[in-house]
Amino acid sequence: MDNLLSLVTFLPLIGAVVLMLFLRGEDEAARLNAKRLALFTTLATFLLSLAVISGFDPNDAGFQFVEESEWIGGLTYKLGVDGISVLFVMLTTFLMPITIGACWSVEHRVKEYMIAFLVLETLMIGVFVALDLILFYFFFEAGLIPMFLIIGIWGGKERIYAAFKFFLYTLLGSLLMLVAMLAMYVDAGTTDIVRLLNHDFSSQALDLFGFQIIGGLQTLLWIAFFASFAVKMPMWPVHTWLPDAHVQAPTAGSVILAAILLKMGGYGFLRFSLPMFPVASDLMANFVFALSVIAIIYTSLVAMMQEDMKKLIAYSSVAHMGFVTMGIFAANRQGVDGAIFQMISHGFISGALFLAVGVIYDRMHTREIDAYGGLVIRMPAFALIFMLFTMANVGLPGTSGFVGEFLTLAGAFQANTWVAFFATTGVILSAAYALWLYRRVAFGDLIKESLRSIRDMDRRERLLFAPLVAMTLLLGIYPSLALDQIGPSVAALLNNYELALAEAQTQLAEN
Amino acid sequence: MATIILFAPLVGALICGFGHRFIGEKAATMTATALLFLSALLSWVVFLGHDGDQVATVELFRWIESGSMSAYWAVRLDTLTAVMLVVITTVSALVHLYSVGYMAHDENWKKGESYCPRFFAYLSFFTFAMLMLVTADNLVQMFFGWEGVGVASYLLIGFYYRKPSANNAAMKAFIVNRVGDFGFALGIFALFYLTDSIQFDVIFGAAPDLAATSLSFLWMQVNAAELIAVLLFIGAMGKSAQLFLHTWLPDAMEGPTPVSALIHAATMVTAGVFLVVRMSPLFEYAPGALTMVTVIGASTAFFAATVGLVQNDIKRVIAYSTCSQLGYMFAAAGVGFYQAAMFHLFTHAAFKALLFLGAGSVITAMHHEQDMRNYGGLKDKVPLTFWTMIIGTLAITGVGIPFSYDLVGVPIGLAGFVSKDAIIEGVYAGNSVYAFGLLLIAALFTSFYSWRLIFMTFYGEPRGDMHAHEHAHESPRVMTVPLVVLAVGAVLLGTVYYKPFVGSSAEKFFGPSVYNYTGAEASDHAAAPAADTGADPAADSAADSAAEPEAPAVARDQADAPAADAHAAGDGAAAADLSRLDEREFVLHAYHGVPEWVKLAPFVAMLLGLGTAYLFYIARPELPGRLAAANPGLYRFLLNKWYFDELYDVLFVRPARAIGRFLWKQGDGATIDGGINGLAMGVVPFFTRVAARVQSGYVFHYAFAMFIGLAALLTWILLRAFS
Repeated sequence: MDNLLSLVTFLPLIGAVVLMLFLRGEDEAARLNAKRLALFTTLATFLLSLAVISGFDPNDAGFQFVEESEWIGGLTYKLGVDGISVLFVMLTTFLMPITIGACWSVEHRVKEYMIAFLVLETLMIGVFVALDLILFYFFFEAGLIPMFLIIGIWGGKERIYAAFKFFLYTLLGSLLMLVAMLAMYVDAGTTDIVRLLNHDFSSQALDLFGFQIIGGLQTLLWIAFFASFAVKMPMWPVHTWLPDAHVQAPTAGSVILAAILLKMGGYGFLRFSLPMFPVASDLMANFVFALSVIAIIYTSLVAMMQEDMKKLIAYSSVAHMGFVTMGIFAANRQGVDGAIFQMISHGFISGALFLAVGVIYDRMHTREIDAYGGLVIRMPAFALIFMLFTMANVGLPGTSGFVGEFLTLAGAFQANTWVAFFATTGVILSAAYALWLYRRVAFGDLIKESLRSIRDMDRRERLLFAPLVAMTLLLGIYPSLALDQIGPSVAALLNNYELALAEAQTQLAEN
Repeated sequence: MATIILFAPLVGALICGFGHRFIGEKAATMTATALLFLSALLSWVVFLGHDGDQVATVELFRWIESGSMSAYWAVRLDTLTAVMLVVITTVSALVHLYSVGYMAHDENWKKGESYCPRFFAYLSFFTFAMLMLVTADNLVQMFFGWEGVGVASYLLIGFYYRKPSANNAAMKAFIVNRVGDFGFALGIFALFYLTDSIQFDVIFGAAPDLAATSLSFLWMQVNAAELIAVLLFIGAMGKSAQLFLHTWLPDAMEGPTPVSALIHAATMVTAGVFLVVRMSPLFEYAPGALTMVTVIGASTAFFAATVGLVQNDIKRVIAYSTCSQLGYMFAAAGVGFYQAAMFHLFTHAAFKALLFLGAGSVITAMHHEQDMRNYGGLKDKVPLTFWTMIIGTLAITGVGIPFSYDLVGVPIGLAGFVSKDAIIEGVYAGNSVYAFGLLLIAALFTSFYSWRLIFMTFYGEPRGDMHAHEHAHESPRVMTVPLVVLAVGAVLLGTVYYKPFVGSSAEKFFGPSVYNYTGAEASDHAAAPAADTGADPAADSAADSAAEPEAPAVARDQADAPAADAHAAGDGAAAADLSRLDEREFVLHAYHGVPEWVKLAPFVAMLLGLGTAYLFYIARPELPGRLAAANPGLYRFLLNKWYFDELYDVLFVRPARAIGRFLWKQGDGATIDGGINGLAMGVVPFFTRVAARVQSGYVFHYAFAMFIGLAALLTWILLRAFS
């Protein structure tokens, strides 16, 4: 199959079109059909994506399954995956059926809801497989729209505010990125990412309105990309859209937001910032470190004080993404391996945590932490699963959360001991906020009248968690499953990075 | 075989935790217990058949592999591991058995609530994690076990999850331990950075180089070996509840008593000692860190003993006693007497588990009353418990025949007499006056509080609730059998295992598993062949000035640097170390040679403590009250555990919460949201209003217009800049 990636990418969209055209009616049966079709489509996409991972040769650091053809208006359509992107594709296809399963109890405009998720899946996969600048930009930006709608239509009380905050924040960064992409096209004469990766963007210092800019064009481009990726990540201080978006988003929306959309920033750093602008990345590393460390400590402290479960988990996501940015810009093997691993692992863990909140929200219709307590008495299965993911979130060895955290910190230590020192305090703080949450929700005596008759998880809910539990433990005990796929590509990336830096050094010395 | 020892408890935990619904509770708990006994049996087979020189490693499968970092799931078996295996599995098996009786009826649970399988699953899981810790052949797997036991401890302390105090204690234990883990993790990162490995063997080989390496850490230029040793020791302090990170251990007594015996006395809390001993080839090159280990250890021994003097909760007395005894072990390790540290760990496991289980037996007999002021006169009600606890007390206070070593070549006495006195003598031989003094006073206090416990519990008139006293009865056989087994251990272990641990065959017994002077000398010479050419002044200065910036920044730089420099630094360090190592050898072999009064001193301290306790609680029971009334400040200071909890609350807990709230409300809320929303795009609520009113494309248009304008502007700037 020469167009396997296209199939994987657009299969969900086909499902959405079928839904749109052929599904009529608003009755119970129609709703169920919409869900079934969406589930079927996402499952089929997942099965198809298994062909990608099984055909993927981890020892080849280059792009695989490459497809290229002419597109409208002289633009190129080019897809492909390498060790850095292939796992994100898998993460997306793996999580989508679970997400659809999590919407099973939605009653409101089900057909549209399903269409939004299916379109979103296509756009998300597209981001990770696009090998053309314009195509990437299209997927990257268009993904905002379904998410915006998911929050804005199916969200909570303040959904409009949250949706706009989300939209405007992320759009702000993206437009700077568009400008940078235009500049890249002007400079390199191509929008092909593979060729751009081999293009040397100038790092000669230049004057701009009297300001001396070290690193020149690279720095400017880097900053423009950074503006976009930092918001998506999200990094401190542009993270404040995330807690609001999560709180207002429906459960399934939160899952996708935390598990996949948050990874686009990190992926962007790895695909563009680090390899294309190495000199600028090196120059700005300390800046990124500072923001990452602030994110880890600041948001952990803030998380500790939250009264809303989803907000707490959202803040903890920001802290975890701090480890990712730190690892990426440590620019060594452990740092980058760890960053990618952390993103994948966080996809499973944060997704599961938001699902867990959804489970009790469905029963009690509140996310207020104080409304709970003693759930372990009535809901032992829930308590067990929630404990597992709380511990995974804390980075307990044996769960996937540990590997990413450990590797990024080990990477950071090699780059800068200050960074490692302060970031490692995150392991204390994360324990504090996560256990404090768990203690208030699950432990204690069950005294609240409203909780007396709460039911434990039903079979559907258990089924949703099972794959997440399996992946979290599997990747915790045998992380090579993922690290082996990542390794060669990261090694090649870092090799080129070092070479480019060395070259820039000699150039600087010659001048 | 080690693999079976390792995984039997895990299987037990899984069967117990998930299988009890299919095979029944009774069968599940029995399976877990039986598997533990299997483990214990095999452990003894391994231990007794172990040859000291042998270091066997079985790699199971890959764990973390990223670039040059490579960690396998592995089972490393050397003497150190073998000792830990028997300690862990034996105590664990006995505690499992004891728990069958202890947990049979628990008033904390409502009728019909199932708690037994959960309890046994946690216990077995704990044992598995602890075994992973001691069988690791690399630091990351050790960290896995380290955190794993932390979780098990968290779950078991908070076992009575209805009780807020239990939940808080559980959280406290986990978080304070994480503070230690913070140091441990940084130590691992530093080791990986400098040696490019996390395997013990590689690290130990690189230790001499580390001692000659200077590392810039934060604002400091520090000696790498010292830094790493200190960081690892911080981890050990957390796990082993040493001074400043000890606050969680007394609170951990919220857990069921068998848990206290297994985790918070015999095994988990000794993991810190194990870490230091395991890393002894590294610590030997960090004299500063070793001094810190001794000082912290001795101070903890003293501090915890003083607090133990006045506590009234029977479990808390034993908890502080544990804390104090762990201090002894560290003090020994700090003077390079690792063998004694391990010996005391070994014997302490027996008599401390015995004391805890005995206390549990008393608590059951007294209907979950833990306050010793409500005990009294119990010796005829629970005779077997009484006698075994007497043995435990004789063991911990160190009763034996003074100078028997000089007469028969082996000290004759109960476990503590042999191992604790060896530590005190060793510390004296190691020239640590500070530690010697404090440990001696602590020995006196130990004797006092241990006998105070016995006298308050078993002698005198019954106090408190008479109903409980009338119904007090001896525990069932399933609980007393473990007591008897441990009592036998408390009597015999010291004398029987004296020779291999700290006696004449110690070096052969431990083999390469603990830093060994003779072996190390050879390897030093091998590593630095030029060492014999004499102390070249440049080499010495390189080693001495390791702390100064001009010294090579890191090991890798050093390796890249001209070979001559590297050699010079290495030689200097080796030369400097050899002189220091002579001293170590002195501690290990010649601690018998300490003056007679030193040998007698701990015994006298023990007698003094016993005498005072007798005077206070049997002869003149009104004395303690009067003493407390005469020194109210001191009494409150001790009763409130030196106010560490209050201090930490003010220093850390409240500021963290206040800062968190401030950052949330002021940082995120007012500054960032206010700033970004306000400046960049107009106030977001404005959009909200617009959106609420129209909900159409208006807002999109508005936003797009704004941003396309911005984009055009920037494009123009950029094009201008590059044209």
